[in-house]
Amino acid sequence: MADIAVGPRSKKVSPAHGCALVTGASRGLGAAIALALAEDGWPVGVSYRTDDAAAAAVTVAIQDAGGEAVPLRGDISNPELPDTLFATLEERFGRVAVLVNNAGIRQDGLALQLTDADWAAVMETNLFAALRTTRRALRSMIRQRHGRIVNVASVVGQRASPGQSNYAASKAAMIAMTKTVAAEVARRGVTVNAVAPGLIKTDMTQDVSGEVVGFIPARRAGTPEEVAACVRFLVSDAASYVTGVTLNVDGGLTA
Amino acid sequence: MPTAVTSSQIEETIFQTLAELGPELEDISRDATLEALDIDSLDLVEIAQVVEEEFGVRMTTDDVALIRTVGDAIDLLYERVLQQS
Repeated sequence: MADIAVGPRSKKVSPAHGCALVTGASRGLGAAIALALAEDGWPVGVSYRTDDAAAAAVTVAIQDAGGEAVPLRGDISNPELPDTLFATLEERFGRVAVLVNNAGIRQDGLALQLTDADWAAVMETNLFAALRTTRRALRSMIRQRHGRIVNVASVVGQRASPGQSNYAASKAAMIAMTKTVAAEVARRGVTVNAVAPGLIKTDMTQDVSGEVVGFIPARRAGTPEEVAACVRFLVSDAASYVTGVTLNVDGGLTA
Repeated sequence: MPTAVTSSQIEETIFQTLAELGPELEDISRDATLEALDIDSLDLVEIAQVVEEEFGVRMTTDDVALIRTVGDAIDLLYERVLQQS
């Protein structure tokens, strides 16, 4: 064993050394993730598209708990937005040490019915936006020899979900991107992982039939906080040797 | 600003950046190949970032493919700086 290199490990970086950006953070999973990271001391950029009131509520909740946060309005599918988000956060809190690509949309329908526009919209927000923020984040992460990127994928990227071919493809691609980028930057102390939620109680899944619960070994839907707890782990120093993985948070659905 | 940049300034920046990436400064010369210095593609991306910040010129993936030695990188960047000025 003496010949096996174990170092240098990635730097241990406390929240004093930067901030976290969470996209799609005004509600649901993103809001829970923003709150969890703030609890760990990370100043958080609460990126959101349109719901000013919800983003303000998340920001205030973080601040009331003694944390720091700033709401950042803008459509993440706009290719120019990542530069603006990062510049704002870098000026206010220092470098973005943690990126959580959570923003996502659904435009469901059978593959026979989905239009090119349905595909483009989903791919733009769920995949291309994550690619652009990742590319922007890596610029400083590789120089700093530290960074944490967590992509919020879905179990739908791993198994069939009729009516969601576009969404599933975007999430499967996100998982593939996670693995590949993780391998590219691992030697710089940057980890790139994904979480794949199953059925989680959020606004986005309100229309999902309750019968689905019968297929989940845990016999219940998950909560945003249960997903946020996994993101929190992947961002922490405790996960410094975990990269390229997709952590399923699904009550055993894909077991 | 780019008009004031000299080839030796670029050389100094490249040498320093390379040294931060692992190779010993005494091993770095214009003739040294990136392969011999154990500089990989990710290192080159990092060097390109430094160059962009310092001199305002971009190295593309096509550019990077043409670079074999440290001198190649310096000459290419100096050419870009001149083109820009």
